[in-house]
Amino acid sequence: MAKAATAAGTAALRRPAQAGREFSASAAKVAMLPPAERISLRAPEASVAALSKALGVKLPQAPKTSASAKGRTALWLGPDEWLVIDEAGGDPLADAAKAKDLHSAVGISHRNVAIAVTGAGAEATINAGCPQDLSLAAFPVGACSRTVLGKIEIVLLRTAADAFRVECWRSFSDYAFTFLTDAARDAAA
Amino acid sequence: MSQSFRIAGAGRLTPARTARFTFDGKPYTGVAGDTLASALLANGVHLLGRSFKYHRPRGVLAAGSEEPNALVTVSRDAARKTPNVRATVQELYDGLDAISQNRWPSLAFDVGAVNDLGSPFFSAGFYYKTFMWPKAAWKSLYEPVIRAAAGLGVAPDQPDPDHYASRFAHCDVLVIGAGAAGLAAALAAAESGVRVILCDERAEVGGALHFEKGAAIDGEAGWSWAQKTAARLAAMDNVRVLTRTTAFGYYAQNFVGLAERVTDHLSSPGHDLPRERLWQVRAKRVILAAGAIERHMVFADNDRPGIMLASAGRTYLNHYGVAVGRKVGVYTSNDSAYGAAIDLKKAGVDVAAIVDLRDNPTGKAVDEARALGIEVNHGRAVVSVGGRLRVASMTIAPKNGGPSRTVDIDALLVSAGWTPSVHMFSQSRGKVAFDEATKRFLPGAYAQDCVSVGACNGTDSLEATIAEALKAGEKAAKEAGGTAKGVKLRVDGSEGWTGGVAGSAPGAGPGTTVKAFVDFQNDVTAKDIRQAVKEGMRSIEHVKRFTTNGMASDQGKTSNLHGLAIVADALGKEMPEVGLTTFRPPFTPVTFGAIVNHARGPLFDPTRRTAIHPWAEANGAVFEDVGQWKRAWYFPRAGEDMHAAVNRECVTVRRAAGLFDASTLGKIEVVGPDAAKFMELLYTNPWEKLEPGRCRYGIMLREDGFIYDDGVVGRLAADRFHVTTTTGGAARVMNMMEDYLQTEFPHLKVWLTSTSEQWAVIAVQGPKSRDIIAPLVEGIDLSDAAMPHMSVREGRICGVPTRLFRMSFTGDRGFEVNVPADYGQAVWEVLWAEGQKHGACAYGTEAMHVLRAEKGYIIVGQDTDGTVTPNDAGLDWAVGKKKTDFVGIRGLMRPDLVAKGRKQLVGLKTKDPKVVLEEGAQIVADPKQPVPMKMIGHVTSSYWSENCGRSIALALLAGGRDRIGETIYVPMPNGTIEAEVTGMVFFDEKGDRLNG
Repeated sequence: MAKAATAAGTAALRRPAQAGREFSASAAKVAMLPPAERISLRAPEASVAALSKALGVKLPQAPKTSASAKGRTALWLGPDEWLVIDEAGGDPLADAAKAKDLHSAVGISHRNVAIAVTGAGAEATINAGCPQDLSLAAFPVGACSRTVLGKIEIVLLRTAADAFRVECWRSFSDYAFTFLTDAARDAAA
Repeated sequence: MSQSFRIAGAGRLTPARTARFTFDGKPYTGVAGDTLASALLANGVHLLGRSFKYHRPRGVLAAGSEEPNALVTVSRDAARKTPNVRATVQELYDGLDAISQNRWPSLAFDVGAVNDLGSPFFSAGFYYKTFMWPKAAWKSLYEPVIRAAAGLGVAPDQPDPDHYASRFAHCDVLVIGAGAAGLAAALAAAESGVRVILCDERAEVGGALHFEKGAAIDGEAGWSWAQKTAARLAAMDNVRVLTRTTAFGYYAQNFVGLAERVTDHLSSPGHDLPRERLWQVRAKRVILAAGAIERHMVFADNDRPGIMLASAGRTYLNHYGVAVGRKVGVYTSNDSAYGAAIDLKKAGVDVAAIVDLRDNPTGKAVDEARALGIEVNHGRAVVSVGGRLRVASMTIAPKNGGPSRTVDIDALLVSAGWTPSVHMFSQSRGKVAFDEATKRFLPGAYAQDCVSVGACNGTDSLEATIAEALKAGEKAAKEAGGTAKGVKLRVDGSEGWTGGVAGSAPGAGPGTTVKAFVDFQNDVTAKDIRQAVKEGMRSIEHVKRFTTNGMASDQGKTSNLHGLAIVADALGKEMPEVGLTTFRPPFTPVTFGAIVNHARGPLFDPTRRTAIHPWAEANGAVFEDVGQWKRAWYFPRAGEDMHAAVNRECVTVRRAAGLFDASTLGKIEVVGPDAAKFMELLYTNPWEKLEPGRCRYGIMLREDGFIYDDGVVGRLAADRFHVTTTTGGAARVMNMMEDYLQTEFPHLKVWLTSTSEQWAVIAVQGPKSRDIIAPLVEGIDLSDAAMPHMSVREGRICGVPTRLFRMSFTGDRGFEVNVPADYGQAVWEVLWAEGQKHGACAYGTEAMHVLRAEKGYIIVGQDTDGTVTPNDAGLDWAVGKKKTDFVGIRGLMRPDLVAKGRKQLVGLKTKDPKVVLEEGAQIVADPKQPVPMKMIGHVTSSYWSENCGRSIALALLAGGRDRIGETIYVPMPNGTIEAEVTGMVFFDEKGDRLNG
């Protein structure tokens, strides 16, 4: 029954949501980011060390912080929850499985979609719909948070003083992108 | 007559920068920097509108946002028509087109003014008393007529083409009001290094310095100091200065709403800028520097055009360079109006006389007025005025009666004193306190981290104001973590005004015919308020609602204190005993556009689309909204209507196969060593013994025992379940699970992750389903023996990973292909191509509904309504009989839930197979019983089933299963429909086709 599939030789084409969409305003640019590998990682404190080792990135334990190593970023989302994003083609799901300590790792590479917001007006663009204080003092580079953007939930990561990564669920990405472009138009103010 | 009232050399505008505009179609010229009001006054136009109730001619009262009278409609084009714009706030731009309101056929001759003559009939409480009877007339006559006559201005009838923006902002110190006080406070705070936002509703900072001349701050003329300070602040990194920005609402924890008007002052705004921007500011400290609002004098016909606040007259002169008349009278009870008289006189305008209620006014201002040769009448009142469309004379008499004389004037400046603007303080839930010495309400007990400075705090002199503001700015900054720099500002030539009167002046008269207006915008007079008291109103809250005093869109900025004083006087009580009404947001009206801002059109609500949506769209699917999702409803071919398409889809699925996009199903991955224990607790079914690789239909109850959600659950490993939920239930099921896990079962080692959007789900259903997927699947044995109904395997399809479920929501052999979402469309396309070889079709949600109904599979939320137990739904088999605990187990034991005669889900077959029942239709046992009939149930699902060749329906019916075989009746408007009660399965009762 399980004979070689006709289409198996050529894997199905990947069509990321909103692929290639990009918008530039005078003060901010909004662009879809390429696909990345992601896991939702849940674990008690006792497992943090082993998981950090397995993943090659030290899982942060302070609220609103992230840690990065070799293209892999771990974002603190809760006392026992991390979003791990791998942009270097690694397999964090397989890496996490190497840790035998208690944890839950679930692949969500396709659940989330990422949008980059960059430019002098990046902060203002996101603040059009996100009530958090995004000043560098309160939300420095590397800071992250599960928060809201307009009417949807996002995970926000500051990647540079003038750059953010906005992660949202796939079906909300049209809304997120449209919202951010609408907001970017006003980001110079 | 071109700007003949503009005085050369006066004001701060540049006369060469002209701007053309029209008012009621007539062209005029003004100057850049004018408001519509100042430009009209420069052209000698005082008649701007008609009043709300009596249609009395009205002019300009004020020079700021407290204006109750001068409301006009400003239009840019057919879609951009803004009614009730205050002419004193609207900045002039070249091409501005304004029209007056509430008049017909013209402003000067208004038929509605007949209301003025009929005013004895329109007394306070008129509406409450008059339109009570006959009751039927309310809907047909009174309401339509009142609605047509009531309200000011006409709402635009086209969608708003402008866009609006929003911004959340945080700061250490928010300063509301950028007069001298606000600027000084902001400066002190900003120099301390903390984040400061300074906002002011006007186009330029300066507040009272718009009209007050002679004061110097830091060695600089007041106005020029203000502008330089604002520029200095704006240049600092830690400061944001927002002009044209009204702080309209003060909410909990120092959360303040600001509305910034971005383009309303521009001639050609372009499309890039939003019309308005809503700022939602969270501030560690708030400094209120809102200033004070001058009160008018309450006397007979005090609403005639040409009568305005003294500070307004002075603003028009000193800021806009406009004389409000050629022969100006002044009527006051305090010093501040003297400044207006003095400045006018010095500018060459004839000041006819100052009438001062005080018996023996003294002081610098009084002396200066006299020295300039202005006639000062003390101890006297203006008892009446002449003129109708414009004031023409004032009649002066001793305030306690005596011989009067009449003086010709063409404008009258009035001042009854200043009311500290405690609106924002009151909104912050602070309690005002009555200051006995100055007879005014001042900020008392604070409820939030804010402080009032300057005139809004009752601080009268500029010198004291600056000192207070600097101190407050430094303190607020220090509390927010700043370091005070000790900013000092010297003040020279400060004016300061106290005193004044509240309530009726002598000219208000005791009679019932005199119209001495308290509230201009709602046409409330002193006698109305006295009448309210006479009719038994005691609390100011009752008087306010009975007379509507202070209830117009100006919120009684000029009228509240007068109204209060009149009530207190009539009751023989002190003002604080009568009470002050509460100020509520917004301070001035806010547009819907600003509140809605980005949330319009596609951003009104997220529209969720599946990965396969583009294919469905390209293949002609008609979509239906399911929550925020767009789901393919059916796929009509050329010439097909919905019924034809659905019939074909249903038949094709059972004859060959169908492809269905089930991606919207909720999915939750339950992972951990205690995963099975958790599932045992959340679902009615047993899970511990479910082998990895097998699936089970699960039911989730609420604590009360009623069905909450259902779905197929696959066990991927001992410690990993792939749970599916209904589309609509995805979020709430996840929330409920997380809630129980965190609060009831925190001891369990298990975690929940939503994977709804990780997987695109393609249901391949029908006898040919296995043939379709077989050539595409790798690493999974699809034989019935290796992969029986209700099993799950992980492998690859079309070269990508899949979680392949063998399950069926149609009753035929079926699979649900889960692939990572980005591959969803590509895999669908390959499956579609393969399916074509076997005669498969794509089917939508409607066919899915029909197919599942043919098999009696329920849909939670359609066949259940939150009052249905598993037993009611015929699903007792899914409740683990040996289980000792799960959410809802105790609920299921409640007497009512096990009582006989409960409504149970059954099938219905109409006697006439062609008749399709209406979903929601009520069922009776005996159609001949008298109305109202006893209803014993209702239809929950009903369809035409092409596969059955007849209509089918599901219904919740009292004692339903005991009635199988009986006839019930469904009374409808066109006659009663007979139907037989049946079991819930209409097609393939034995279920052979699952393996067919």
